[in-house]
Amino acid sequence: MQRRPRAGAPLQLGFVTTFLSVLVLLPVAALVWASGKHGWHEFWSVVSAPESVAALKLSLGAAVIVSALDAVLGTITAWVLVRDDFAGKSLMNAVIDLPFALPTIVGGLTLLALYGPSSPLGVDIAFTRTAIVLALMFETLPFVVRTVQPVLHELDREAEEAARSLGAGEARIFRTIVLPSILPGILSGVALAFARAVGEIGSVVLISGNLPFKTEVAAVFVFNHIQSGDQNGASAVAVVMLVVAFLLLLAIGGLRYLTTRHERNA
Amino acid sequence: MIEIRNVSKRFGAFRALDDVSLDVDRGSLTAVLGPSGSGKSTLLRIVAGLEQPDSGEIRLAGEDATAIAPQKRGVGFVFQHYAAFKHMTVRDNVAFGLKVRKQPRAAITARVDELLQLVQLQGFGHRYPAQLSGGQRQRMALARALAPEPSVLLLDEPFGALDARVRTELRAWLRKLHDETHTTTVFVTHDQQEALEIADSVVVMNEGRVEQVAGPRELYDTPATEFVMTFVGEAVRFDGELVRPHELEVALDAAPGAREAQVERIVQLGFETRCELTLDDGSRVAVQMTRTHAAELELEPGQIVLVRRPGVGIGSELPNVVG
Amino acid sequence: MRRYGLRGVAVLYLVAVLLGPLAMVFYRAFERGLHPLWASLTDPNTIHAFKLTLEITAIAVPVNTVFGVVCALAIVRHRFPGAGIVNAIVDLPLALSPVVVGLMLFLLYGRSGWFGALFQDHGIQILFATPSMVIATVFVSLPFVAREVVPTLRELGDEQEQAAHTLGASAWQTFWRVTLPSVRWAVVYGVVLTTARCLGEYGAVAVVSGRVEGKTETATLRVQDYYENFNQAGAYGIAIVLAAISVIVLLAMTLLRPVESR
Repeated sequence: MQRRPRAGAPLQLGFVTTFLSVLVLLPVAALVWASGKHGWHEFWSVVSAPESVAALKLSLGAAVIVSALDAVLGTITAWVLVRDDFAGKSLMNAVIDLPFALPTIVGGLTLLALYGPSSPLGVDIAFTRTAIVLALMFETLPFVVRTVQPVLHELDREAEEAARSLGAGEARIFRTIVLPSILPGILSGVALAFARAVGEIGSVVLISGNLPFKTEVAAVFVFNHIQSGDQNGASAVAVVMLVVAFLLLLAIGGLRYLTTRHERNA
Repeated sequence: MIEIRNVSKRFGAFRALDDVSLDVDRGSLTAVLGPSGSGKSTLLRIVAGLEQPDSGEIRLAGEDATAIAPQKRGVGFVFQHYAAFKHMTVRDNVAFGLKVRKQPRAAITARVDELLQLVQLQGFGHRYPAQLSGGQRQRMALARALAPEPSVLLLDEPFGALDARVRTELRAWLRKLHDETHTTTVFVTHDQQEALEIADSVVVMNEGRVEQVAGPRELYDTPATEFVMTFVGEAVRFDGELVRPHELEVALDAAPGAREAQVERIVQLGFETRCELTLDDGSRVAVQMTRTHAAELELEPGQIVLVRRPGVGIGSELPNVVG
Repeated sequence: MRRYGLRGVAVLYLVAVLLGPLAMVFYRAFERGLHPLWASLTDPNTIHAFKLTLEITAIAVPVNTVFGVVCALAIVRHRFPGAGIVNAIVDLPLALSPVVVGLMLFLLYGRSGWFGALFQDHGIQILFATPSMVIATVFVSLPFVAREVVPTLRELGDEQEQAAHTLGASAWQTFWRVTLPSVRWAVVYGVVLTTARCLGEYGAVAVVSGRVEGKTETATLRVQDYYENFNQAGAYGIAIVLAAISVIVLLAMTLLRPVESR
């Protein structure tokens, strides 16, 4: 419905667009310009240089593995938090958010304390790709749990009971009744986790060793190349990361649109 | 008091109001009655200034108010879903209009006490809206709207969200309140009983237009249009005419103008009996009669009877029968 | 049986990835006794690092709170063309690597950057100084308040605001007396998240700060500095201080969550 235009609307819009332009759009433009100023060929040769490719491959590959693990383990955790009941559940619910609250560098240090060179468990994974996956799992742990949990909470249990009364087995109920409802939640959680994993540096930087071609993730690549004065290399890989970020935001927006449309039609 | 002049309003392709003109007398209690989508709420919101008309004019107390912001119209508005300020106590809700006008504290306290008394919420002042029942919330909303002493009180489906019993109670209470305060009041409703029961004057709206403005009795007895006839009170079609069910008669003996019909269903409605029948041409009618009369006829489903309209030949003229 | 299985998986997952490592941090910090820990924490450069972190947070949080609330109002209350784009831009920092953010600012305010010369001519140091660190932190913590307030505002609807208008409240009065109090818990929750993000920011600040000890080194950078210089007690010491702040933040989040979803 059209409403009487509110006082202050132009002022608010002006403030928001100015703020976003100066703070976000201008820097984005600077990056895009910097990566493209020497032309497409130069850009491509920098991006396709072996070290860049290795870093991007590592980050994207690790993000895929971590997202898959998050999807499964996060959904199980959300399920347990909503459907199960045991002593310590509320504590468990509270600690889920810890990675959001904890500085990333502390997160990395935390993992080193248990899985580093002087591990009390005798598990030393420092400076390996496994360590990167572990660090990313730590940082992205809350995403899927927190997007699935509310959906699972709202889920109409009568539909499951109906399916049970119609003779469906538990696996079938999960696959045909529960999963379709929570899938958008899982996917948007996974998309957020993926985005976070691709760009992560803080939790990775201490535990990965940052060896080019081996354990240097894309963010560390960009960082190292800024430090060594190679702005072209840094900008080229950063633009690829920017594009990935935009695509993921697009996917999340699409998912949000799909789920709300579903609600509107219901 | 309220003069609405040629007001039109569209929402996209939907024509909510189509050249509506209407006068509301000072001190009256007016109901705007219509089905959903008839434009009645839009009309009320335009009077309040919450919506701008595409064309036309709103005059309040003789002055053009069309361009005046809702804050400055001196209009009290009561929303269907209360629009209670959930974070404020009942007192703070009622005091809101006075506080934003920066009235002295003592005056506010006195006025709020007076209003809480009026809406029978003394002792509830320190509760939050969430701790009130629906009826209490709506009374609070009413007190809040009355606090700045508006010259006009507008109520948008005020009892629509309440259950039937509370609704009847509040209806009688609103009438009483109006008789005490004499504030010019307009309320929107889709419930004909509500409109007929308490309003001095009823405005019937349909598809963005005013169909009729009349007193409750006149509206029922001499509806201006077919729409009013069918919307206010029940109407059935008999021999191509719209008639009220109680204007028809079931008879067992032949009579002039009578048509054969089969009894389908007999429904007891308190002191009246309603008989649903299928006519010889397959169309259906309902006839309403007293219980005593129904008992005399000993009607049973499946029975073939005669239906007639006493005083046939009146044609299109609608008879004056007391409702 | 299956229920216990799932519970076991969930608990094991949290212990292995989250709680186990966290417990070890405390052990590591105190491993060599209190003395090295205390010495590292009271080192003037460490104290400066904490001060700088708090300073940056104290600027970034209010800025993003005001922006977040105004932005949410603009998105929800005024349907304007491009609202979807604004929404996406606000979310960008959630999906973008903080290092990339740092690089962007580097390219913008650096010596050869678009604005580098402009500020330098006026003697204002942006890069490798507090301003760029503040800008970087504001950037990465941009979405949190807006993202919390938008759904709450949407759910609230505008009927209460309309009621306030008919009662004579101006737009300003309506905002302060009706709108803001109604969404206050969402704002507070957003502020808590923003604060956590600001205190813990590493990647963007690492790029733009130049990490000069005692000058542009924040608490998180100090952790890395200590760790790489083999001062484990120092690194873990700062880590537990930051972790303690996180636990307080977490408590606030947990306490506010039910209020917010009321």
